[in-house]
Amino acid sequence: MSQTDGYTRFVNQPFGKKIAKTAGLPQPVPLRRHTQGDPLVTGPVLVLGSSAAAESVAKQLWKEEYDVRRDVGLKQNFAAVVVALDGVQHPQDLSDTVLELGQALRQLDSNGRIVTIFRDPNAASVTNDATALAARRGVEGFTRSLAKEMRRGATANGIVLGDDVEMTAASAQSALRFFLSGRSAYVAGQFLTVSSSAGEVPANWDAPLADKVIVVTGAARGIGAAISEVLARDGATVIGVDMPSAGDALSDVMNRVGGIAVQMDITAEDAGDQLLQKAGERFGRLDGIVHNAGITRDKLLANMDDSRWDSLIAVNITAPLRINEQLLQARGDGIVADSLRITSLSSTSGIAGNRGQTNYAAAKAGIIGMTQAYAELLGESGGSINAVAPGFIETAMTDAMPTATREVARRMNSLQQGGRPVDVAEAIALFHADASAGINGTTLRVCGQSMVGQ
Amino acid sequence: MTSTSNAAIAGGSLRPAVVLGGNRIPFARAHGAYTGASNQDMLTSTLEGLIARFGLQGEQLGEVVAGAVMKHSADFNLTRESVLGTSLAAHTPAHDVQTACATGIETVGGVANKIRLGQIDSGIGGGVDTISDAPLAFNSDARELFMQLNRARTTQDKIKVAMKLRPKHFAPLAPQAGEVRTGLSMGEHQALTTHDWGVTRQEQDEIAMNSHNNMAAAYEEGFFNDLMTPFRGLDRDNNMRPGSDLESLGKLRIAFGKQLGEEATMTAGNSTPMTDGAAAALLSSEEWAETNNLPILAEFMDFEVAAVDFVNGEDGLLMAPTYAIPRILDRHGLGLDDIDFFEIHEAFAGTVAATMKALADEDYNKNVLGRDKALGQIDPTKLNVKGSSLAAGHPFAATGPRIVASLSKMLHEKGPDSLGLISVCAAGGQGAVALLRGR
Repeated sequence: MSQTDGYTRFVNQPFGKKIAKTAGLPQPVPLRRHTQGDPLVTGPVLVLGSSAAAESVAKQLWKEEYDVRRDVGLKQNFAAVVVALDGVQHPQDLSDTVLELGQALRQLDSNGRIVTIFRDPNAASVTNDATALAARRGVEGFTRSLAKEMRRGATANGIVLGDDVEMTAASAQSALRFFLSGRSAYVAGQFLTVSSSAGEVPANWDAPLADKVIVVTGAARGIGAAISEVLARDGATVIGVDMPSAGDALSDVMNRVGGIAVQMDITAEDAGDQLLQKAGERFGRLDGIVHNAGITRDKLLANMDDSRWDSLIAVNITAPLRINEQLLQARGDGIVADSLRITSLSSTSGIAGNRGQTNYAAAKAGIIGMTQAYAELLGESGGSINAVAPGFIETAMTDAMPTATREVARRMNSLQQGGRPVDVAEAIALFHADASAGINGTTLRVCGQSMVGQ
Repeated sequence: MTSTSNAAIAGGSLRPAVVLGGNRIPFARAHGAYTGASNQDMLTSTLEGLIARFGLQGEQLGEVVAGAVMKHSADFNLTRESVLGTSLAAHTPAHDVQTACATGIETVGGVANKIRLGQIDSGIGGGVDTISDAPLAFNSDARELFMQLNRARTTQDKIKVAMKLRPKHFAPLAPQAGEVRTGLSMGEHQALTTHDWGVTRQEQDEIAMNSHNNMAAAYEEGFFNDLMTPFRGLDRDNNMRPGSDLESLGKLRIAFGKQLGEEATMTAGNSTPMTDGAAAALLSSEEWAETNNLPILAEFMDFEVAAVDFVNGEDGLLMAPTYAIPRILDRHGLGLDDIDFFEIHEAFAGTVAATMKALADEDYNKNVLGRDKALGQIDPTKLNVKGSSLAAGHPFAATGPRIVASLSKMLHEKGPDSLGLISVCAAGGQGAVALLRGR
């Protein structure tokens, strides 16, 4: 599997570019992805708006020696635009700032970033306030549509601030850095909601997971292997889990990332306790778990047999539920961190539904429910739980799809290409950082703003 | 890491060597799943699996000791070359051992001894063998000619030597299947021993059946989940036949000892087939285990090697362990009743049966072993309870570390101070036994 698909390579050559342009075909570009030590952006950052949020973002970026601009200027190219809309009280208030943003769009670099900042429409304070709620929802719709107008690998996403949360909060900074950097390459038209000021800024943003011990299930290949690599890159020690039959691939991954390999079936009754024991023995602690292991058993419901349905439910949702229960049970025993962070893999199929995947969608939507339900309990002690819903991610599984189906699926999103396992891994890593503790109970889509679903 | 206290070899006291775990690849019947895999491939993969299980990436171990019985001359540094291909620190030294099927006990025992003496703090004992990639050499006539060619100085001399080359010189020399001094294959030797001890077909078939069924049950309960890493598409020993029964084993034809006619009892079912595979066990001092937060499974207490005079027919070829077992037990003041698990390598079911009969035999103990009475009966319910070579197969040098790792886990599960005895017979009339204590 190469870094870009064949079509993307073709349209990024002079001849291919000409053909695509003439015929009005999609013109995907290779996406900017993060490597250790990369800056957030490599060009000027325009910060629009006059709220406290705008001031704090500009100040922070300026302190880190980024080229920060406060007005559009003439023929100035921008690597990113941060649009602070947190002060809007009425939909009418949007116009000045968004029209100024419109001026800057033609000057946005390839792989550029737009990040809107606004107040949470779900906040209790606006439940009955029609104009305020209309304004906040308005920003949401605006951001989603703008994301669809982006070209050449650029994205638009939003940071949603809870009522008492300022942009100086660790998690707001963590979210901003994620959206600006190559870590969010395949995230478009999405929102990160910072619901509290919990969390602390790391000593080093290049090692936000330093000293963390994190379990990754299904770590032998594909997305699980990428998650292991990214967590290790960000400083974590990984306990990789997979079926005994995948042990050779698992040991390759673990030897690459300096982790330990645990061959076990996560559907075992005592899987959580086994993992606790292993983490306790070796590291004396467990800071997080990534419920990545999953299977597909596609069939139309009319043709579904009980083994297809039950085995999928057992692996994809029953196992995470049971393991979480066992980990939560053990809190206070000295191994499970108070700031336990749990992440799980959901799927756009769980959000939008997918023909032939009733079982898979039931489980993956179940993950979203589980994530919402545990948020309060985990948040109380500084922990968190979040989910990532990947869209079309290029793996060995998608390589096996029929060519035409695959080509269509790849282009059905704003970035007009499939994502990479690393794109999912970056989102998972974001949620495991203490800096992101204020983001809790959410599901982030990593789908290039796929046309299906919300 | 070096210990601060005085090492035993420098006047300090001996310290225990402990087993932390192990790893093996599934064993594969020869010329099957592992065709094309070299000893180095298999040993490297086995070590990589062990490293991943214990998080030893970049670690400098005291020493890695392994070996193979069937070895290419180019593999003179097999273990060191394998280590260089792993994630261990390149500063980890390694050496090869080669003493037929006792290789694997000798590698583990050697590492244990160095740990006990304080020369090293950690190490891996391993073994590997392949029949599918066995070395073929030029025969000795051809080799002599090539040496002459090498020594010839003038072109004329060279041509003279080259002219002597004949097609027969290109007939390769395969590894000896039989004993060098008797010309008999190992199976034929065992057939004589089996017959001498009056071991019945039924007794042997039962041992074979139990081996397969015990091992299949161990797989089912997940016993091997932390003892094995898949290799080349195999995640179980492909020789194992779950659901083995006496009826089907009873139908197999005689494979060895055909000259015994009606009294021949050894079949392909109760003899271990040729197999490819590798295994390794991780050992250390107690301090090293503690520093690295690795739970201790068992203590490797001692090992003992014996040899018999099979050439003159005084002893059975594979009966050396009957000499070594009483010696090691005596040394520790132990009897057979003290042992919780017996791991008697199943080269042939007949070997296991004959070994047990000999140890219980008054005459044999008095006249052959020079003891005043029989050592005693081995309780068959304590024998090879997770299966052994008849089910798993027997890649010669890998069998020792396979048993050490499995037995250590069994003893750990049984509890502290449980005892296990390993017995491995070997070509050349040798045998190695080892004693382990659970932690």
